[in-house]
Amino acid sequence: MALFKRNKQVRVIPGFKLTLGITIALLSLLVLIPLASVLVYSFKLSPSEFWKLITASNVLNAFATSIVCALIAALINSVFGLILAWVLVKYDFPGKRILDGLIELPFALPTAVAGITLSKMYSDTGFPGSFFSSIGLDISYTKIGIVIALIFIGIPFTVRAVQPVLEKLDNQYEEAAYILGSSRRRTFRKVIFPELFPSLLTGFGLALARGIGEYGSVIYISGNSAKDNTQVVSYVIMQKLERMDYASATAIALVLLIISFVLLFVINIIQIRRSRRISVR
Amino acid sequence: MEIFDQKEARSRKITKYILIGLSVLFIAVMLILPLASVIVNSLREGVDYYFKALSTDYVTSALVVTFIATVIAVAVNTVFGLVASWVITKFDFKGKNVLSTLIDIPFSISPVIAGLAFIMTFGRLGWASEIIDSINSALGTDIQIVFAIPGVVLATIFVTFPFVSREIVPVLNTVGKDEEEAASILGAGGFKIFRKITFPHIKWALVYGIILCTARALGEFGAVHALSKTRGGTFTLPLEIDALYMSGSADSITAAFAVSSLLVLIAVAVLIVRNVFEFRTKSKNRKGK
Repeated sequence: MALFKRNKQVRVIPGFKLTLGITIALLSLLVLIPLASVLVYSFKLSPSEFWKLITASNVLNAFATSIVCALIAALINSVFGLILAWVLVKYDFPGKRILDGLIELPFALPTAVAGITLSKMYSDTGFPGSFFSSIGLDISYTKIGIVIALIFIGIPFTVRAVQPVLEKLDNQYEEAAYILGSSRRRTFRKVIFPELFPSLLTGFGLALARGIGEYGSVIYISGNSAKDNTQVVSYVIMQKLERMDYASATAIALVLLIISFVLLFVINIIQIRRSRRISVR
Repeated sequence: MEIFDQKEARSRKITKYILIGLSVLFIAVMLILPLASVIVNSLREGVDYYFKALSTDYVTSALVVTFIATVIAVAVNTVFGLVASWVITKFDFKGKNVLSTLIDIPFSISPVIAGLAFIMTFGRLGWASEIIDSINSALGTDIQIVFAIPGVVLATIFVTFPFVSREIVPVLNTVGKDEEEAASILGAGGFKIFRKITFPHIKWALVYGIILCTARALGEFGAVHALSKTRGGTFTLPLEIDALYMSGSADSITAAFAVSSLLVLIAVAVLIVRNVFEFRTKSKNRKGK
């Protein structure tokens, strides 16, 4: 327990040991120990066995599909996240509060509901899917469909990461840059964007992490065809579970966990750095 | 904005309208259209069919299971959220960042992995299955975790674990801990400090955290999908929606959207509460300044 040792200073508020104890106990029982079971089981596999399971062609394809689609969706979300945050912070217009409230819809709407709806909308019988298929562009059951589902799921992450930073950014910087003769594009590039970049990166990372592991909103629109490479990683894990192939399921899950942890770790570093930079000022 | 000359002001105005237009278009296509689409699809076969689809035995059973899982998950996560946010914001200790990161794990891992984790713990291959077996033989009970209601509950708790604490921690961080320290020096006990000083600050954050946690618990799909296999027994509403949708006939797809429309209504209610809550805290802050 050396990890959670209290710092040497007088602590007057009571309840440290009790609340820390309850927190760690619940966290361990409900989250950490079950997750550790996945680790323990996957360590029973020999390295060569593990390697063989995760380099099976359908598994590699699923990782490629999940990562590429999540990257594209997170990039698109970063652009729109920046625009939406900008509009919500800098401008006043009727309906702004409704717009602001709707951003959180993907957090509140069950993923399965989003999944079947998007799948239906973008199939050749839905709107706007019928329009796209009439010009020869199929969206449902292709990778474009996966990207659309991931844009839906990821947009709140980027908007909500940038918005608070933009709110704190003083208009004076912008005005000073203008008075000193800087063009607007240059002001944005040199003054505003550098301030927003860390939070944009955080939002990008969160959307990416969510997108790589996403299940409910993706599996209906993706078509899940091994031939067309439209299976995502979560789908493959579920498929292995249903076939009772626990070795494959845990091996793939372990790789996915490592990817999530690395992303989470990087995001935390960005945030800690950011808060240090602000507190120095 | 007088500092900008006329030309500059006009060009800024054009940018403003382009950006607002883009934003409205994005929200309309990506968020409003899907919402409307659920409602339109659910009423495709008429209002009578809509209500018939909502009153099947499967849907009733799914409602009950969803309700049980949600109530337990929200209760556990509320207790955890209060305790964890207290320890994280009121004390300085080594490993605090590690603890916060660990609490956020369920937020950033695939829900399917959450389901897998409980299968590998309590399932046939899991190390805890022997413990459950010995409890069952000792007490003569027949407790099942995986593919039974307890598994559904555990998975729901797991995926919604950080929701309440995530709402409270930022509020307590802004408030600071001076008031609690003063109260403690003046001799107030821990629970009294919480009730009289901390609680009034976090009231609304707690309410919103609970509502968000409820919404997510009602709608959890991936984790529960791995742990629940009996339609009409351990299926939750999202699993019932999945079963209806995947059966493929036009009627049952409409039924799937009918059940979905219930969850859409809940989601919209959550958003409205969120908006009211934010408006309240913002106008309160403004008054404070």
